[in-house]
Amino acid sequence: MSVVVVEDLALRFGERTLFDGLDFELERGELLAVLGPNGTGKTSLIRILLGLLEPSAGRVMVEGCPPRERCHRIGYVPQQRVFDRDLVLRGRDLVRFGLDGHRWGFGRFGAEDRSRVDAVLAEVGATPYADAPVGRLSGGEQQRLRVAQALVADPVLILADEPLLSLDLAHQRGVVELLDARRESAGTPVVFVTHDVNPVLHSVDRVLYLAPPAAPQAPRSSGRASPALPATLAASSWAIGKPEEVLTSDTLSRLYGTDVDVLRVRGRIVVVGTPDDQHVHHVENGH
Amino acid sequence: MFGQLLAQHFVHTALWAGAVVAIVSGAIGVFVVARGMSFAVHAISELGFTGAAGALVIGVDPVLGMLGGSLLVGLVLGLLSLRGRERDSAIGAVLAFGLGIGVLFLSLYQGYATEATNLLFGSIVGVSGAQLRDLVIVGAVVLAGLAALYRPLYFSSVDPEIAAARGVPLRALSVAIFLLLALTTAEAIQVVGVLLVLTLVITPAAAALRLTGRPALALLLSVAIALVSTEGGILLSLAKPWPTSFFISALSFAAYVAARVADWSRGRQKRSSSSLARRVVTGAG
Repeated sequence: MSVVVVEDLALRFGERTLFDGLDFELERGELLAVLGPNGTGKTSLIRILLGLLEPSAGRVMVEGCPPRERCHRIGYVPQQRVFDRDLVLRGRDLVRFGLDGHRWGFGRFGAEDRSRVDAVLAEVGATPYADAPVGRLSGGEQQRLRVAQALVADPVLILADEPLLSLDLAHQRGVVELLDARRESAGTPVVFVTHDVNPVLHSVDRVLYLAPPAAPQAPRSSGRASPALPATLAASSWAIGKPEEVLTSDTLSRLYGTDVDVLRVRGRIVVVGTPDDQHVHHVENGH
Repeated sequence: MFGQLLAQHFVHTALWAGAVVAIVSGAIGVFVVARGMSFAVHAISELGFTGAAGALVIGVDPVLGMLGGSLLVGLVLGLLSLRGRERDSAIGAVLAFGLGIGVLFLSLYQGYATEATNLLFGSIVGVSGAQLRDLVIVGAVVLAGLAALYRPLYFSSVDPEIAAARGVPLRALSVAIFLLLALTTAEAIQVVGVLLVLTLVITPAAAALRLTGRPALALLLSVAIALVSTEGGILLSLAKPWPTSFFISALSFAAYVAARVADWSRGRQKRSSSSLARRVVTGAG
């Protein structure tokens, strides 16, 4: 049975359609990279998978249930948000939240829970700074703790939203390795939102590419004022498949409706010629 | 003289009342500081004053009016669950208008001005047996609420995004903490007065959070500092007839300054020892 089933999913905000007709399944152990420029609904897709956002149409099932019923078993690694320096919270407290932070009361923190937290801290290599205030740790160390927090409840699915943002290369690799290790040991599938596929290129099984509407988009301000415009603007187009199928000049040119070149340079993928300059920019600036 | 006073019944009542209020304020203060709600505390207490002044005008027990005023504001602020700058300005606007109404009520009130002064600056020695019983009941409600909400409250305070993803109801928690805070504030007003509520709800917690990195320990330390300041303040005011509120605020502020100094000197020690270590390593290499 597939861990995640996404059926005919659509998301609209007012007149703007982010995507529609989205269909895919996620098997055990798979890593799905969600790529595409800003504003195409990558983070919204994660929020739908978490059950925090209601789709406009279609449905999402995690292990055959609505996401809200499985939310305690979904590991979530968000964009790195630096903690306040003076925050009274140790690394191990942050990880423990992943285990029982949603439960009422003080909670009995038994030997079993403690050893579970210790084991996960060791797994991500965070034992040396587990008792330090999280606010005093580096971005890379904080992100390792976030991965540990996502792993501690033995998740059936991991959702990671730009988890590598503002990390240096070594820490990027470290986070990807941790997720790979979990996929290998427990078969937990991972949905990995990123603007740059290169750091995860060797781990990716499939790519979901969300591209902005192919048709030239009317300026949004006049879109509302003029009744002559169609009720819905064109939706993002999307493609899903193995990286070598999706990340090609042909596929991306079709998605964007304009000539796009996908170059492979020294084992890295560079996309050139998308209408949004930003994507190229990111890839070049990444390092 | 001091010994004689200490044997008085009203002094015992005051000490017990102070202890109840200190424990509750110190405990909730940790969450208030962690969530950046200090300004909201001020607003809730000042509008508690407005409620009490209104109650005086219509001839109702001012404590009830105070409870009503602070609960109403707590509910509104909790439901809005605003963040950051928007919250500050919204609270400021509501606070100013509420105080304006309070001033109007006071001018309409024909009774003794002492009651109003007591509200503003506290009157711990005036606490009656019945009031002490009410303080204990309300305090028990707040502590039970905090105990029940402890984990999700902490989780959502430091990491709201992840907490929401894991099914923690953020808005309901926000309303709950504001209502508990309103109850606490209404208690603290009776001991230190409207203008000095922060000295029990914020200062001890702010000091405790400087002293430790462990959440549970911070909570205990905050309660301890609030207790020592309150009881110490009451005893000092027996020895020297200055206002109790002054002594309480002076003691809790002293704890805060001491905590900051300790934190600062510890940070310096750590920095110098690590640079020493670096020197030793390079020296050996």
